[in-house]
Order: sequence, then C-alpha cells, then structure tokens
Amino acid sequence: MSLFSEILQFVFTGLTIGSIYSMVGLGFNIIYNATTIINLAQGEFVMFGGLIMVFLTVVLKFPLFVGFPLTVIVVMAIGAVFERFAIHPLRNASLLTLIIVTIAASILFRGIAMFIWGKDPYSLPPFTPGSPVMIGGAVIMLQTFWVLGTTLAIVVLTTLFFGKTIVGKAMSACSFNPMAASLMGIHVRKMILISFALSAGLGAVAGIVITPMSLMDYDRGPMLAVKGFCAAVLGGLGVGYGVVLGGFIVGLLESLTAGLIHSGFKDAVALVILLFILCFKPSGIFGSEEVSKIKKF
Amino acid sequence: MDEEKMVMPQPILETSRLRKIFGGLMAVVDLNFKVMPGQIKAIIGPNGAGKTTLFNIITGILPPTGGTIRFKGREISGEKPHRIAQKGISRTFQTVELFGNMTVLENVMVGRHVRTKKGLIQSGLRLPGVKREERLVLEMAQEKLEVVGLMRRANESASGIPLGEQKLLEIARALATDPQLLLLDEPAAGLNETEKLRIGEIIRKIRGSGITVLLVEHHMDLVMNISDEIVVLNYGEKVAEGTPEEVKGDEKVIDAYLGVEIRYA
Amino acid sequence: MGKENRRAVFILMICLGIFPFFIRSDYYLSIMIFIGINAIIVMGLSLLMGYAGQISLGHAAFFGIGAYCSGVLTVKLGFSIFTAFFCGIFLSTIMAMAIAIPTLKLKGHYLAVATLGFGEIIYVIFNELLEITGGPSGLSGIPSIHFFGYSFKGGWRYFYLVWTVAILLLIFSLNIIHSRIGRALRAVHGSEVAAQAMGVNVSQFKIQVFVLSAIYASVAGTLYAHFVTFISPSTFSLFVSILLLMMVVIGGGGSIWGALLGAGILTVLPESLRAFRDFDILVYGIILMTILLFMPEGIFKGLTLSLIWMRKKW
Repeated sequence: MSLFSEILQFVFTGLTIGSIYSMVGLGFNIIYNATTIINLAQGEFVMFGGLIMVFLTVVLKFPLFVGFPLTVIVVMAIGAVFERFAIHPLRNASLLTLIIVTIAASILFRGIAMFIWGKDPYSLPPFTPGSPVMIGGAVIMLQTFWVLGTTLAIVVLTTLFFGKTIVGKAMSACSFNPMAASLMGIHVRKMILISFALSAGLGAVAGIVITPMSLMDYDRGPMLAVKGFCAAVLGGLGVGYGVVLGGFIVGLLESLTAGLIHSGFKDAVALVILLFILCFKPSGIFGSEEVSKIKKF
Repeated sequence: MDEEKMVMPQPILETSRLRKIFGGLMAVVDLNFKVMPGQIKAIIGPNGAGKTTLFNIITGILPPTGGTIRFKGREISGEKPHRIAQKGISRTFQTVELFGNMTVLENVMVGRHVRTKKGLIQSGLRLPGVKREERLVLEMAQEKLEVVGLMRRANESASGIPLGEQKLLEIARALATDPQLLLLDEPAAGLNETEKLRIGEIIRKIRGSGITVLLVEHHMDLVMNISDEIVVLNYGEKVAEGTPEEVKGDEKVIDAYLGVEIRYA
Repeated sequence: MGKENRRAVFILMICLGIFPFFIRSDYYLSIMIFIGINAIIVMGLSLLMGYAGQISLGHAAFFGIGAYCSGVLTVKLGFSIFTAFFCGIFLSTIMAMAIAIPTLKLKGHYLAVATLGFGEIIYVIFNELLEITGGPSGLSGIPSIHFFGYSFKGGWRYFYLVWTVAILLLIFSLNIIHSRIGRALRAVHGSEVAAQAMGVNVSQFKIQVFVLSAIYASVAGTLYAHFVTFISPSTFSLFVSILLLMMVVIGGGGSIWGALLGAGILTVLPESLRAFRDFDILVYGIILMTILLFMPEGIFKGLTLSLIWMRKKW
C-alpha cells in the first residue's frame, strides 16, 4: 500500500473513532450544560449500548430496527435511574463529590456488566453486509459510513434541539442560574433528568454503531470517557459542532500517531495536544472566552 | 467632627491623569485627585461611574491603561495586589469576599498574614518563634474583632453570620493588615439605619487611630455625615471635589445624578 | 496544633506501636504498610485539594517518579538509597513546578486536564523508555533499605519505617494547617481575590502547595519501591490517580484525618473483596456508591456527625 493510501486509511480510522469520541463528548456537554457536572460514567453508556444491543439482536434475535431503538430506550432508562438515585440526592454536595459519584457509578456499571457478560468482548454483525470498499487505495469497511452518518445526524439533531426548541434552551438556562431558571417556570429537576437520559441515549447510539467494527467489552468505558472528555474540552464544552471537531481531532491524532509514529503514545497524544491548546486558548478551540469565564467547573 | 491635623505636607495617595480603558469603554478618564493623610474622603457618583474600577486599580487587581498612582510619594501602578497590601493599603469589597470556609476569628487572622513572616518549612517543623508569632497573631486578631464589636462571634463560621456583621468582619480583617490607607467599597450597602450609624462610628474610630479612609458609597446621609472631602465621578471623570457643603450645591453634581438642570428660586 | 490533634496523634502512635505485637502475619503487616504508603500520598493531596482547593488528576505520576528514581538509580547506576531518594524528590519538585507555573491561571477543569495530561505523559514515559525503566515488564531487583548494616526487609521492620515517616509527615502537615501558611492556603481556597488583598501571594502559594504534595508522593514512591522490590508502570496509571482522589474525597476532603481514613479504607477494600471473584468490581461499586450517598462529605465528617448525634441522644 502506498504511503498515501496508508495515511488515508489512518484518516478514516481516525475519523471513525473520532466520531465515537464526539458522541461521548457531546453527552458530557449536555450534562455539563445542564448541571456543571462532568459525568465520568459517560463511557459506560456506550458500553451498555453495545452490549445490550448484542443481547437483543444476537441472543434474542430481534431485528436491527427493533433492537436499536429498544437498546437506546433501555440505556436512557439507566441514565434516568442513575440521575434519580445517585445524582439528585447529592445535589447539594460539592461539585468534586458529584464527580466522584460518577466515578463510583462507572465502577458499579462495570461491575454489573462484568457480572452479566463476563470479561469477553462481543461483536455485532455490520448493519449492511458486504465487502469493504476501496477508496484511494485504502480499505474502508461499510460500517464506517454508518458511524460517520449517524454522528452527522446526531449533531444536526442536537444543534436543532438546543438552538431552536424551548426544552433545549431551557436546559442551558439551568446550569447558568438554576434559581432564575426555576423562577422563569423551568422545571429544573426535570431538565436535569432529561439531560442525563439524553446523554445516555447518545452514548448508547455510539456504542451500537461502533461495536460491529471494534467489538465491545465491559471495560471500554473509562478510556472512551477520557478521550471524549478531551474532545469536549477542545470543543469548548458547548453543544454545537465544536465538540464534533474536537472529537475528530482527537481521533485523527490518535490514529496517525499510532500508525505513523508509535502505538504506545496514542493514548497520551490526545491529552498532550489538549494541554498544548489550552496553553494558548484556555476556552478550547471553539469555545468563547466570555462563556468559559462563566462556566463554573 | 474631630480633625487630627497631621503635619505631613504630601498626600498619602495621589493619582495623576489616571485612565482605564476596557475595549471601547473608557472607565476612568484622566483622573487627578489626592487624599491627604488622616482624611476621610468619599468617592460618589452614579452607577457605572468607575468607582469600583478605581479601587481595583489602586489595589492592583487591574492595571491602569495610563497615568500614575502614588502612595506615600512612590509609584504603585502595576504592582500586584499582595505587594500593595504589604505597602500599607487594605480594602473591603462591594460584594462581601469573606473566607466562608473559615471562622470569623480565622478570617481576621489571615489579615495578619502580611505582617508576619514564618514560612512553610518553619511552620511545618514548628521551629522556635512560630508559637510566639501565632500568639501575637491571635491577640491582634482578637483586638480588631473588639474594634468592630464581633468578638462574641469569634468561633462561628464566617458564612453563617448576617450580612451587616459580615461587612464588619471584612473591616476587621482589613484592619488586621495594619494599613495606613483603608479603602472601603460601599461599606453601608444593604445595611439598615442602625447598622449604618454603627459603621459611621467605626469609620471615625478608624480615622482616629491614624488610618486614612477612602470610601465609595451611595448612602448620601452617611457620606455627608462623616466625610472631610468628597470626590464626584461621572462616566469615569472627576466632576467635582470639595467639602460636603461645596459638593451639595454644585450644579454639575446635581446634573450627574438627576440628568436634569434644577434651578432654585 | 491543638490539643485534640495532639491527643489523636499520640493515640495513633500507640496503636501503631503495638500493632505488630498482636498481628504477626506478614500479609496483614504488608496491608498496613500499603496503607501507610498511600496515607503519605493522600496527606499531600489533602493539603492540595482539601485545604488549598486545587485539584490533581495525575498524582500517581509523582508517586511513580519517586519509585522509578529510587529503583533505576539504585539498580542501574548503583547510587546509594539516600542519593536516589533525594533525586526522586528533586525531580518531583522540578516536574511539579513545571506543571504548576503555567497552569496557575487555569481554573477548575482546565487545571484538572493539565494534571491529567501530565499524568498520562509520565505514564507513557515509564512504559516507553525501555532501556531505563524496563517498560511494561517492569524493573526488578530493587535493593531493600539498610542503615548501617541494619536491613529493613519487609515485615514489622518496614512497618515501623513506613509509619514513622507517615507520622512525622502527619505532624508536619498538622503544624502547617494550624499556622499562618495553613490559613493562607485556606484563604486561597475561600476567595483568591480577598486573599491577595490580604497580602497572600496566591501564585506562590499554589505552586508551593503543589510542589509539597508532589514531594509527599515521591517519598511514598521511594518507600514503595524498596518494599516491593519490583515496580511496573501499571502501578502509576490514571486509574491509581483517580483512586488517590477518591481516597481524599471519600475519606473526607477537608481534613487530614479524613485523608488517612480514606487511605485505609480504599486500600483494604479492594484487598478484602478478592474473595468475591466475579462479583468484586460490583460489590466495590456498590460500597462506594453507598458511602457517597450516605456520607457525601466523606466518612470522617460522616462519622463525627454521627458521634455528635449519638451524644445528643444519650
């Protein structure tokens, strides 16, 4: 394979995995924008998405178009339960404590997953069967297009949701000033609950589309969370296209580093680049200075 | 009104053509004014006139865009806040900035930080001298709490006491730094009549102990009552300066506040 | 440091002093040794997080720097244990300053990310510098500590060594907290702008406390290396940094005693759950969640509040 094709291959891999980071990052941002909490259990929603989908379609033999929404609903329910039983009771605790709670939850979720599914990785059949296509000498699996397409769809939907709908705008209002929001008639508790459910759903979608390509096991969550967090901070912790570009950057850097330099560095490269960028533009590449000054965490 | 005339010819604080520009906004414009030692001087003006910005520049939180500030004859513009505290200027804040995670007494003890010197290693190893320094800090802090009348709250959490007392606590804390110039940013904001009177008395007591007081305030009754001199700012510029009587009748001042010319028959 | 603290330290010293007379098994002694080592790191973290209000998500890196400096310098270069120990401290100090100075202006999550990034970089260095650190397969043959011919090789001797260091650092920490430095740190946490106005050089203090906490971790690293005699990068990963964070928060962020408690509990817990096999992570998660839900301010605060409540009832 020529160098060009190799690089193209890495680019596609990078964009694919970057999409997942974007979706994880988007999930982070939704919760962050409603509550200023950084949910470190975000990666576990991805994991559940993948594994539950496996259970429904492979074990129970449900068809794809039934399994997909069902999985998303189940994971959204997990997110909602999480909020109700672990976040809401601690709403007056310090921010650091809440973040630790999300870490504890991630451990708990992993424990549950390991209990149910064990330590083995699981796979899903690709959404559309068929052999990979060749683009410029690079071998691209069909599932890649599903991943990229889904990400695009999700980004468009969430941008519309937060920018245009009342519920979306209400959610943003909550984190900046919950008391004022509540006085304006926004049901803050419900907004927070919805934000968790929504994030969980997003995570699930990411998990479902990526499993046919890279398998899924109980322990995937934490790494995804860290990378997704980088994507989120790079993108300025907003809910627009910033986090998507952030995710792509992280994914590309990782893939190119692993492929061209040395795979040992790939996990650190995202953080190093993030650090570098923060030195020069603390609000992230796409964040705005004024907004970042107001954000609390 | 007692006036202790100190025989010092030079002003304790003097600004010369001081200016501060934020983007397109001129917050402080070619400001020249001076404060004489032993004075109680007030800065008044409508909201947005640049008063708190001025305080922030004097105490080093914001650097000036131009002009100079002299404290006791020496240039201080551009110095960091903690150095300015060392030099002898202390302040209170418009919105109370207490150390909510500490007790009332501990808050005041932090005020002594600038006048004490034991470092990390010495404190950690509890070397000789640390114990004595701690005792002195405690005594001085208690003294300042007595001045403002908050000794009975000494061991309560600072965030739990009522607003009026929080403002007094800020004053006690600032006093603990042994300042020569005390800047009070709206000390009477949010206080009722009784509390305002108390603050007025305390400010007089402070001046009586040799400290110069510069205050920003909106409550005219307090200002007129205790100030030796008043400076009026509007849109960052000095509009008037003089004794309370002189300022009261000044047309430009009336303009600034009411935006309308009033003629008295 | 206050009468109560003095009494508590004394009681702790007595309890630790007699411990090896009752518990002779090497297994339990080594658990106590690990608690001691973790306690040292966590005390430093507590000063940083609980008192000064900063955050570090990469503290395992300093732990590792101490351990690897001790390990590499004694094994590969034949340095004496003391020299290697001080080299570890020196290197940790430099690295801590290297992070602290540029990140001073950053708040909240930016500082967290910077420390996170640092932790990862160091971890990668440990893994990739095969010639020096031995990479993922680790570094073995680290000598045990000896003073003038007296060897500290595991068991009750190392127990006393580690806990002597821990108690000395505890006293040092308590002295700092109850001094003008401690108040200055807490002032920085309470309101930076007011602290500055009171003459506290906030930047300098942030750097100082960060470096101090890094030194604590480095000391622990040296003690760790000479105890286990074999170290590998996985002991100094992000997971460990987070675990250390949890020790501080779950134990009780606002207090040194809480940190000690946290170190104790979160060292013992994973060990004791080994018996559960497939359930271990699950039970661990359940216990952590339960603790956090019932005692969100940490176990130390939770216990003291319960004691006060009980005293009121009787």
